Amino acid sequence: MFALNEATSIPVVDPASASGVFSLLWLIIALPLAGAAILLLGGRRTDPWGHLLATAMPIGSFIISLAMFVSAAGKEEGERQYVQHLWNWVDVGSLHVGMDLLYDPLSALFLLLITGVGSLIHVYSIGYMEHDERRRRFFAYLNLFVAAMLMLVLAENYLGVFLGWEGVGLASYLLIGFWQHKHSAAAAAKKAFVINRVGDIGLSLGIALMFTTFSTTSFTEVSALAGGASEKTLTAIGVLLLLGACGKSAQVPLQAWLLDAMEGPTPVSALIHAATMVTAGVYLVVRSNFIFERAPDAQTVVVVVATVTLLWGAVIGCAKDDIKKALAGSTMSQIGYMMLGAGLGVAGYAFAIFHLITHGFFKANMFLGAGSVMHGMDDDVNMRHYGAVRTAMPVTFLTFAMGYLAIIGFPGFSGFWSKDKIIETALTENWIVGLCALLGAGVTGFYMTRLMLMTFVGQKRWQPGVHPHESPKVMTGPLIVLAALSVLGGVLLAGDWIVDWLAPVVGTHAHEEPPIPALAITAIAVLVVAVGVGIAWMLFGQRPIPDTAAEDVSFATRAARADLYGDAINDAVVVRPGTALVGAVLRTDGVVVDRTLTGGPVLVGGLGGLLRRAQTGYVRSYAASILGGSLVVVVALLVVNFS
Amino acid sequence: MSFPILTTAVAVPLVGAVVTAAAPRLGVASAAAIKQLGLLFSGIALVLGVVMAAQYETDGGLQFTETHTWIEALGVHYALGVDGLSLLMVLLTVVLVPIVLLASWHDADHIAEREGDSLGTTATFVAWALALEGLSLAVFAASDVFLFYVVFEATLIPAYFLIGSFGHGDRGFAALKFLMYQLGGGLVLLAGVIGLYVVSAQNGTPSYLVSDLANLPIDREAGRWLFVAFFIAFAVKAPLFPVHTWLADTTQRATPGTSVLLVCVLDKIGTYGMLRFCLGLFPEASQWATPVVVTLALISIVYGALLAIGQDDVLRLIGLTSLSHFGFITLGIFAFSSQGQSGAILYMVNHGIGTAALFIVAGYLIRRRGTTLISEMGGFEKATPVLAGVLLVAGLATLSLPGLSPFISELLVIIAAFDQHWWVGAVAVSGIVLAAIYVLWAYQRIMTGPPREDAGEVRDLGVREIAAVVPLVALLIGLGFYPRPLFEASNPYVSDLMQHVGVTDDAPSVDPAIYEAGHDQAEENN
Repeated sequence: MFALNEATSIPVVDPASASGVFSLLWLIIALPLAGAAILLLGGRRTDPWGHLLATAMPIGSFIISLAMFVSAAGKEEGERQYVQHLWNWVDVGSLHVGMDLLYDPLSALFLLLITGVGSLIHVYSIGYMEHDERRRRFFAYLNLFVAAMLMLVLAENYLGVFLGWEGVGLASYLLIGFWQHKHSAAAAAKKAFVINRVGDIGLSLGIALMFTTFSTTSFTEVSALAGGASEKTLTAIGVLLLLGACGKSAQVPLQAWLLDAMEGPTPVSALIHAATMVTAGVYLVVRSNFIFERAPDAQTVVVVVATVTLLWGAVIGCAKDDIKKALAGSTMSQIGYMMLGAGLGVAGYAFAIFHLITHGFFKANMFLGAGSVMHGMDDDVNMRHYGAVRTAMPVTFLTFAMGYLAIIGFPGFSGFWSKDKIIETALTENWIVGLCALLGAGVTGFYMTRLMLMTFVGQKRWQPGVHPHESPKVMTGPLIVLAALSVLGGVLLAGDWIVDWLAPVVGTHAHEEPPIPALAITAIAVLVVAVGVGIAWMLFGQRPIPDTAAEDVSFATRAARADLYGDAINDAVVVRPGTALVGAVLRTDGVVVDRTLTGGPVLVGGLGGLLRRAQTGYVRSYAASILGGSLVVVVALLVVNFS
Repeated sequence: MSFPILTTAVAVPLVGAVVTAAAPRLGVASAAAIKQLGLLFSGIALVLGVVMAAQYETDGGLQFTETHTWIEALGVHYALGVDGLSLLMVLLTVVLVPIVLLASWHDADHIAEREGDSLGTTATFVAWALALEGLSLAVFAASDVFLFYVVFEATLIPAYFLIGSFGHGDRGFAALKFLMYQLGGGLVLLAGVIGLYVVSAQNGTPSYLVSDLANLPIDREAGRWLFVAFFIAFAVKAPLFPVHTWLADTTQRATPGTSVLLVCVLDKIGTYGMLRFCLGLFPEASQWATPVVVTLALISIVYGALLAIGQDDVLRLIGLTSLSHFGFITLGIFAFSSQGQSGAILYMVNHGIGTAALFIVAGYLIRRRGTTLISEMGGFEKATPVLAGVLLVAGLATLSLPGLSPFISELLVIIAAFDQHWWVGAVAVSGIVLAAIYVLWAYQRIMTGPPREDAGEVRDLGVREIAAVVPLVALLIGLGFYPRPLFEASNPYVSDLMQHVGVTDDAPSVDPAIYEAGHDQAEENN
């Protein structure tokens, strides 16, 4: 049995002090961090072997994580939580924050996902970035990212999460803007960071509210104390945390940065903007279950945000000709599913994490596959220039197809199990949300089939001089592993394993029967997906695809192509008024404040004129004025003294 | 009598100033030798600072004290001593000056070439910088209000000449504007200093010792008047809205090295004075004035950041970011909680380190590009990756990225502000978004994009240039993960101050006893 709050049956974080293999927790983060430091500080000397060292680091972390997982799995359910205190970080008044790490069943899964998929992407990048003269720098940033992401999921308190949170934001900034000589890349990097900072307002204030409420941000303590706070306070904390999560996980209304982020090299899109970093928001909500379970209104907000986003992203995915942007829209949508699971509470937490993991497999697989295609197509990303790539790149095609079947939820593939569970739970809790999730699944079937057909099937529409070829083994190897995981990931659900595994963290839920039998829901979902696939087949499989996108299209298509006007809305609501405000403040400062309010120039003009006349030497006149000033002081004091 | 280490620390740079100023006439024939001389004297001051830090006893109150009667009739003493707050400011000063000298190695030479008097100009620059160091140390160590006032005013002389003689553009105007504002503030402070004497004399033997004044029964109205006088002077110094307009005009035209001395050392006297004198001597009036002060601080945070976003001159931009940061520091001081005040003290140190790095790197950049205008830059990253990396780290420090030392202090201030009133925290936190915009937009325009055609061959940082910024970057990262040394100095000071002011931290709204109870229950369940 694990620690529970008696009255509410919401689990309490109650770790033991780390010992045995768990005393190596720090090393999991330290390895990639050391890699980044060596590569960045070592300079060109490390060029010949830097990428190999950088690849070894996450593999090392993976091995440690695996050892811990095996050890934890062999223990009693209540004994899988360990805390490691490294040092005191902040000590002021009643506020004490340690640099503390927490290992528990939730972070265990994240450790394996981050270091496992991370290692594969490092290996892939050896080939993908081979001809880039700044490859060492790329690997240093990747290592930095892995270290920060591991900090994020291992931190025992919200301040530590914030440290990792911003660390991954920094790595994301550096990697989106990796090809910084392109204006578009530099602008996209800045955009991602700034929008995430808006989310950070939520995280900062959430942490501040936690401090004033509990005087701590430790999971152990907050989970025990949360029951004592008012629902209003907890709702506020929940909504503030959600704002942070929206930034990091590209949920509406802070979604606009993710599509631009595709400016980064493709392995970055796979690792950061599909498999790991963008799911940090889901992690935050699940991790904070002891807050959200007591704040139903905040959970409702999570569900609304998630539902809007899963449809929003899916619609965008339908209209993009850029293969990476189509996948990015898909990522938004899939994170919407995870967020939905997390918003549904105890019934959904485990499935949110389950989908997060399977998505990590199949989306990383497809992004790397897209990178492989781009590699063969001279870095062209326009699917209208693809077609029939299947013949030239059979391994890429087959592995991509596994990811495709997984994401649309083809029966038996990993995504089938994980998405189905979320739809089923959503339908049980609220049929409108459930229907939206079902609809989203159909749209997913449509846009993924469209992508598949435009890329791998049909007529060759290759640009002159393009000769696609299969990628080297160092790239196809990781593809094959990820494809296998995309197929088999569903095994985590066997015997409800993942639900039981996560129970000590997120609690247990008495099974509720959905309004219609679960098997019927599954059948309906498969049918809806089939309809989506069928429509895509009619539109893109049966007809030739023109080289350029048609211009005379419906409003809906135009809106989808423009990311549902996300940028236009930001422009109108934030950027333009903000620019006007800056201009107004600049004018005010010069005219009103400087001239009128403080009379600065008047003073300077008047007294300055006097001084300037004594051009012969500022020294003399200033010395005289100091002397005069001192005299005034002494005289004034004497007068006061003797009066 | 023990060794007067504080007097020595003040005297060494002052002697150094005289020696370097006279060096050309004493037969020192090379500019390099003069600069090495400057480095030597500031190095000795640094060693003295480190020795003090090593001997400092965390809970020991005022230490290394020296008290001598100066003007008996007026109760004026030559009194020095350091507590946690002073110690941190002293250390910040002694660390930054040698770094500034190293980073500005050729600045004075270039002006010397322009003016055709190489040796004299170089010597003057080093001499004024050392003089400013010595006087600043005296300001932070003074434990007599009158002595404080005298050295406070005296710092203006080296600052004035550093701006007026070594800047670019209309530097004479900048120096004058700086001087007028500071003299104006100083005049108001003088009135306050005289007023203090009156109050002190009315209560028996007059004394200017801070320790005596702190225990003086000042009546409410007099206290408020005196508070206003002191606060205005410090608000001009720090600076706060609306008396900030000298700041950007000054940093725009001064050399980057001078700006480090001005913004990172000299301006700290403002916030230092708020803690030491406004809160220390007039606790009742400080709380009375809090609504106005907090409003000015919040305006400064947002207004300074908005102004910074709109700048095209990189040196003006950095100056205005400091307006925003001084708003944060003031907000922390007037939050009246240990988080706020410790946060403010740490913020003073961290801002000093981060902004120094930013000014110095901007200086490197300007030297290479020959202009201060951001719109004339772009595409540097490929040719100068090290320069770009250091600029980014300094910029990230300015936007308080977690993992770099300014994060802790800014978060503490936000927590304290939030604790005071949730909307105060909400306004202050907007600063984190605005900071991201002004830093990253500037970085984007300066460093990224295709290399400029007209840039010519741009060389990356040399060994001397790297040596000057490495300590700053190391401090930013080191103190970001391990800020404990700073807390050890600031916490005892803050708890004394809180007690003196008569405020306590708000208790958390949920009683931690619940945790203990819940914990026991969990044990039983197992």
